[in-house]
Amino acid sequence: MTTLTVNGKKLEVSAEPDTPLLWVLRDELGLTGTKFGCGIAQCGACTVHVGGSPVRSCITAIREIQGQDVVTIEGISADGMHPVQVAWRRLKVPQCGYCQMGQIMSAIALLKDTPNPTDADIDGAMSGNICRCGTYTRIRAAIKEAAQAAHGAKGAAL
Amino acid sequence: MTHDLNLIPTIANFSRRGFLKGAAAGSFVLAVGLSRASFAEEPANLAREKKYGAESMPHGVRDDPTIFLSIAPDGTVVFQCIRQEMGQGVRTSLAMIIADELEADLARFKVVQADGDEERYGNQDTDGSRSVRHHFMPLRRAAAAARTMLEIAAATKWGVSPRDVHAENHQVIHPASGRKAGFGELTKAAGHLRVPPREGIKLKDTARFRYIGKDNVELVDGFDITTGRACYGIDTRLDGMLYAVVRHSPAWGDKVKSFDASAAMNVPGVVKVVPIETYPLPSEFWPIGGVGAVAKNTWAAIKGRAALKIEWEPGPNRDYNSDSYKKDLEAAARSPGNALRVAGDFDKAMAGAAKKVQAEYYVPHLAQAPMEPPAATVRIKDGMCEAWACVQAPQTTRDHLTKLLNLSPEKVAVHVTLLGGGFGRKSKPDFVLEAAILSRAMNGAPVKVTWTREDDVQHSYFHTVSLEHLEAGLDQEGNPTAWLHRSVAPPILATFKPGIDHESPTETGMGLLNNPLDLSNLRIENGKAVAKTRIGWFRSVSNIPHAFAIQSFVAELAAAAGKDQKAYLIEALGPDRKINPYECSDKWNYTEDPARYPIDTGRLRAVIERAALEAQWGRQLPKGQGLGIAAHYSFLTYVAAAVLVAISPQGEISIPHLDVAVDCGPQINPDRIRSQFEGAAIMGFGLTSLGEITFKNGEAEQTNFDTYLLARIDASPREIRVHLVGGQDWNQPLGGIGEPGVPPIAPAVCNAIFNATGKRIRSLPIKDKLRV
Repeated sequence: MTTLTVNGKKLEVSAEPDTPLLWVLRDELGLTGTKFGCGIAQCGACTVHVGGSPVRSCITAIREIQGQDVVTIEGISADGMHPVQVAWRRLKVPQCGYCQMGQIMSAIALLKDTPNPTDADIDGAMSGNICRCGTYTRIRAAIKEAAQAAHGAKGAAL
Repeated sequence: MTHDLNLIPTIANFSRRGFLKGAAAGSFVLAVGLSRASFAEEPANLAREKKYGAESMPHGVRDDPTIFLSIAPDGTVVFQCIRQEMGQGVRTSLAMIIADELEADLARFKVVQADGDEERYGNQDTDGSRSVRHHFMPLRRAAAAARTMLEIAAATKWGVSPRDVHAENHQVIHPASGRKAGFGELTKAAGHLRVPPREGIKLKDTARFRYIGKDNVELVDGFDITTGRACYGIDTRLDGMLYAVVRHSPAWGDKVKSFDASAAMNVPGVVKVVPIETYPLPSEFWPIGGVGAVAKNTWAAIKGRAALKIEWEPGPNRDYNSDSYKKDLEAAARSPGNALRVAGDFDKAMAGAAKKVQAEYYVPHLAQAPMEPPAATVRIKDGMCEAWACVQAPQTTRDHLTKLLNLSPEKVAVHVTLLGGGFGRKSKPDFVLEAAILSRAMNGAPVKVTWTREDDVQHSYFHTVSLEHLEAGLDQEGNPTAWLHRSVAPPILATFKPGIDHESPTETGMGLLNNPLDLSNLRIENGKAVAKTRIGWFRSVSNIPHAFAIQSFVAELAAAAGKDQKAYLIEALGPDRKINPYECSDKWNYTEDPARYPIDTGRLRAVIERAALEAQWGRQLPKGQGLGIAAHYSFLTYVAAAVLVAISPQGEISIPHLDVAVDCGPQINPDRIRSQFEGAAIMGFGLTSLGEITFKNGEAEQTNFDTYLLARIDASPREIRVHLVGGQDWNQPLGGIGEPGVPPIAPAVCNAIFNATGKRIRSLPIKDKLRV
């Protein structure tokens, strides 16, 4: 058994220790919001946060992250109102939507470290996430809008 | 008021003959009304005429609201979406149409996906950029019929004339008395009424549209997508479900000679190894054969598959090598083919030309590579087969399951999930049939088959590979007086029928024959090309190579004539006129009536002018930058793209901005139109710069996204500006949206590169051809 903390819940999973986190999330835990796209960390559809950093779960064996905190798209917010999710909906970023959970996870990680990302920052953080529908211009705009919204919220809190 | 007063008494008569049907449909939802007695029948006077558009599709189109619309007592409108969602926004757009015409509140809609059942729903095949085009009017008629029934129910309840009430924002109102009743309150009474005849339906005044043509709606699936709750084909979970992956025959037609499953069976979690028969070529929608590993989870299946030892019996396509095949295509393109459209005398005009130009253009195979690879779950229980799958063509899927399992159609259900992209790949249900074969081998237990990316890239139904040979003669002023276009590409039909080695009308009708340039001496030919792999529909299909060739060649002629690309293109288009596609030997015309959908060169000219204007065509640019333009009419929509490219000193291409002008007739969902054209520009740029599938000894050489390259955010056009032109003229018929954005991109980019560098790209993808 491998111990993981997923979306704040401590779990024992029975999968073989070499199993990529992706398949544990999807097949064993039923968290299907994390998607399979390539299996070789080329497309980013499987992006989750491990220890707060974006990770491609398709190549991350669970034995490598024993005991660590995993956050998936399902754990980002209880009500779907994270500023990135809100911006994604407001700008109607998704087309088919399949890659968007991974895009959102990468975007959230970017904004955590870089609250005011430049275009180059966005390129750097997001070029590992492929969108075959071609939503990149809206992804870029939504990241900037979410950054603005987050500043607004902080300003109000202060 | 929008009601046709003359017909309301007729409708009211029906109510007396009505009986309770809605109550039988289920406790939650009352179906709206009784079916029109003959909803599937065409009016007698139409039946004898040639059918076009939606009416010409297999199983036709429905406009009876009882088929896909119901209203619950709490007012929730349930819409069975008869078309598949794959990113084009169809669930939102079709619901918008219904809500608007029904006078309902879209926020109170529940959109559910209809099962594959064309006897009931009419044609469900989601391709050809036609879901909104084909359903706009039928859905309006259906919703207007339901609205009329709700109004009659309210009028009857209040003892007033139906002509004195009207529906507005989810309720029926009697202005004289101020009485109001919600749709939920009226649904039961309306459910006793018979659906009014088509002639009795009065459509809403287009000036009163609240959703149609506006940008005021949320995406139906937006919340579920952004929270990870949206369910795709790969996300199905059933009790007792097993997981499978398949090692596919490496080349088309290879068969499993023998296999050793012992190592695979030793992988923890693997429960069975099952051979899958290679269907005789051409294998159409049937599996290409291989060996499936069935396991308790996907990872075990993947590991089990890796441990399989398989000996293959080579099939007839092991001699497929892209390098030599390109030479075959060149040879075919340089000798006469079947002349499909001839005007004037090309040879004579060429002999008298002041200048002669010749060029050949190559577009390689491409894989659709939707981000969700093919995936399907099948369960066979108590003589009933159920499939959950991301399919564009659910009825085709059902028909094949029926045949495969030797069941009657009512024993086969195909539940359609969201599609994580389709682009034509998921029009083919081979992967669902694999799941059925594996479920059958597991005594009917539910089996989910997941294609890994390697399966998807190597075993697509590939976009064709093509060589376009063009020759032109110019007069003293540089105007084209002679034009030859010879297209050579293995056809899609070869995947379905033996002995097919020329393009079909559905391929030559995609920009080859219906070339709208004003050319008095022209000759359009199609040469022979034998398919050596599965060829299939890829978004925009043959329009991609045809537009690349024609629009690049026009720019080459402009250069030969020493003229401006855009001015030359407009000049070559000739005076504004409407061309009957049938007179271009295109008797297909995307199935539409040539009288209703002629090629309007004025509209094509207008999008060229608009794209050029927005891109500030003609301005001075710094060294290494260039503007390029191209236009293409496809799927009944007029599109022009003006692209700014910037080439770095190292030869890297970037696109600071790209302007697309689109005339698609009336715009139903402008936001989803813009999003489709934004996406098409990126897909178009990806195939221009990066994408290529090549074959060696019958096997695709690319395996995954590290070798089959797609556009990423950092190298994609930075700004894409979509300009919708033509206004909301509701007398114009609708054009397609999903596909027409791709074809102009490659020639526009290559024309821009020429203007920036003087280098002409004639073979895609560009890859590192500009690298210094």
